[in-house]
Amino acid sequence: MRLVGARHTLDVKQEQIMDLQKQNNFDPIFRYLTIACGGLIIILAAGILWELYTGSHLSLEKFGYHFLFSQSWNPVTENFGAASSIFGTLLSTAIAMVIAVPMSLIIALFLVELAPPQISRIVGSAIELLAAIPSIIYGMWGLFVFAPYMADHVQPLLARIGGPLPFFKGPPMGIGMLTAGIILALMVLPFITSVTRDIFLMVPAVVKESAYGMGSTTWEVNRKVTVPYGIQGIIGACFLGLGRAIGETMAVTFVIGNTHKISASLFSAANSIASTLANEFTEAAEPIYLSSLIELGLILFVLTFLIQLAAQLWLKRTKRKMGVA
Amino acid sequence: MNNKRKGVMKGMMIVGFAVLLAVGTVLPAMAASTINGAGATFPYPVYSQWAYQYEKITGVRLNYQSIGSGGGIKQIKAKTVDFGASDAPLEAAELDEAGLLQFPMIMGGVVPVVNISGVAPGTLHLTAEVLADIYLGKITKWNDSRIVADNKGLSLPDQDITVVHRADGSGTTWIFTNYLTKVSSEWAEKVGNNKAVEWPAGVGGKGNEGVAAYVQRINGAIGYVEYAYALQNKMTHALLQNKAGKFVAPTSESFQAAAANADWANAKGYYMVLTDQPGDTSWPITGASFILVYKDQINAETAKAVLDFFAWSYENGGPTALKLDYVPMPENVVKMVEATWAEQIRAKGQQVWK
Repeated sequence: MRLVGARHTLDVKQEQIMDLQKQNNFDPIFRYLTIACGGLIIILAAGILWELYTGSHLSLEKFGYHFLFSQSWNPVTENFGAASSIFGTLLSTAIAMVIAVPMSLIIALFLVELAPPQISRIVGSAIELLAAIPSIIYGMWGLFVFAPYMADHVQPLLARIGGPLPFFKGPPMGIGMLTAGIILALMVLPFITSVTRDIFLMVPAVVKESAYGMGSTTWEVNRKVTVPYGIQGIIGACFLGLGRAIGETMAVTFVIGNTHKISASLFSAANSIASTLANEFTEAAEPIYLSSLIELGLILFVLTFLIQLAAQLWLKRTKRKMGVA
Repeated sequence: MNNKRKGVMKGMMIVGFAVLLAVGTVLPAMAASTINGAGATFPYPVYSQWAYQYEKITGVRLNYQSIGSGGGIKQIKAKTVDFGASDAPLEAAELDEAGLLQFPMIMGGVVPVVNISGVAPGTLHLTAEVLADIYLGKITKWNDSRIVADNKGLSLPDQDITVVHRADGSGTTWIFTNYLTKVSSEWAEKVGNNKAVEWPAGVGGKGNEGVAAYVQRINGAIGYVEYAYALQNKMTHALLQNKAGKFVAPTSESFQAAAANADWANAKGYYMVLTDQPGDTSWPITGASFILVYKDQINAETAKAVLDFFAWSYENGGPTALKLDYVPMPENVVKMVEATWAEQIRAKGQQVWK
């Protein structure tokens, strides 16, 4: 483009010059476009935060920080508190992560390191298929298929094992905190697995082969080479899954039981911020009721932000500790 | 080439302009033949049937969004719809403040349903006090002596009662808690009457279908649903003791009996609650669903179209309503409502309904 050969006609030359001019014009336009699109994200996030803040000022004024610690949720006396919703959101997400993270890692390792290519391909596409299932399907399956199974088989067994512990008490209804956590785990599992698998695939063969060459076993290679190499990406994948779990609405609403109470038993009904919003937003006519619901949204927004922040900090620390840049 | 492109652009612009013009002229014409409403989910099946039949006859389309009673009230106050619908009546003061007129459109019943192994539909007898105490969490076993006392013939298991209620705000809940408030002073004091309340016990299902699903899933569950849902899902309904002390079954006849006793003429702003009505055959948890329109209408044509639809439904909608297990409004009430329309609804000072 820079050199115009002698065999070119004058016309062509001119056209090329025009092309150059176009480029000169276009570059700044493209630059501003990217800046504008990037800025749009900031404006959107700030706008949502602003809307949530102004929408919840009634409830912020009336309840103050008590809103965070009060278990009351009474539309009749218009006394609201977010404690049970926050607790439910955090606990159901925690259950989901405790189940999903180790399982995802194991599945990803199996797919990359151990499975024959044929099986790896089949299982791999099955996992991607799972990731594409809409959450309402998980919710309906959870309510109609999984909850009865929990009630008839899993919960009686856990109640027997749990004995005097308070975690597995109460009638085995099949719905409740534990079921919601397990359904969430199933929902985030494909996300974490497929990202982790891609990360493991990116580990250079040379590195692994060197380890094998030193006489390491498969277990040692995975534990000391593959996982540390991809740790940043794995943590990222986990937070991607966590992000989905914490805001999941329909599937949780179906199986969590929707009660504004904090209970030590994982069998009992509970609720989450997202499920409370899904259930009550349409019928909340009183201003303070609506405002409290919007404040729940604000809390979820801040909660997600804090978790992102924690993730960033953790990533930085692991980077230093593992010595992987 | 450039010229060619310009030509294409010009052509497209002309076509686009033409389309805009066409849309601009067609839309207002369409607007007059579409009525927009939003609100209660409970009467949605019957409203949509009426709308379907009405459109076939008159060509006027009803666009009804069943977003819930609270949503309906919000939408009509924001003036985004031509009418709102609510299962819970608004108090006269609130109506006056917003300039709204309220009238009853259809009636139906709320039915307690249970899932106890060995108990057939219509065999479990519940008194008002027992029902209230179950929902208060005070009676926790099905073989509680107070339940057994009214059910000598039934063998009730030593099973935990799981109370199921609505998780979302709902007109059904409003009617149900209104009943419990009337029959139990403890309920009135501790919980109260609203579209959503602070439930002392149990689990929450989303919508009538959510409650129905939970009750069918959980052994030992009791819930409350609109009659139509109990019928369609073939659920085990319970008999309730009414104000006269008689145990009655939920049927169209017992809903009508409850409605027949209602004194609509003296109900200010048609504020009428049909729970716990007198009469030997009255079903105690009966309720009406209401329509909300502005007294001062902006557009006379739209206002007339809305009232025409409801007048047609009053007159011709009865059989459809009965088939769907609702109770149509009695004729004397319809006359009253139409007289109220004539008296109170105005568009630019002109009477809309004559």
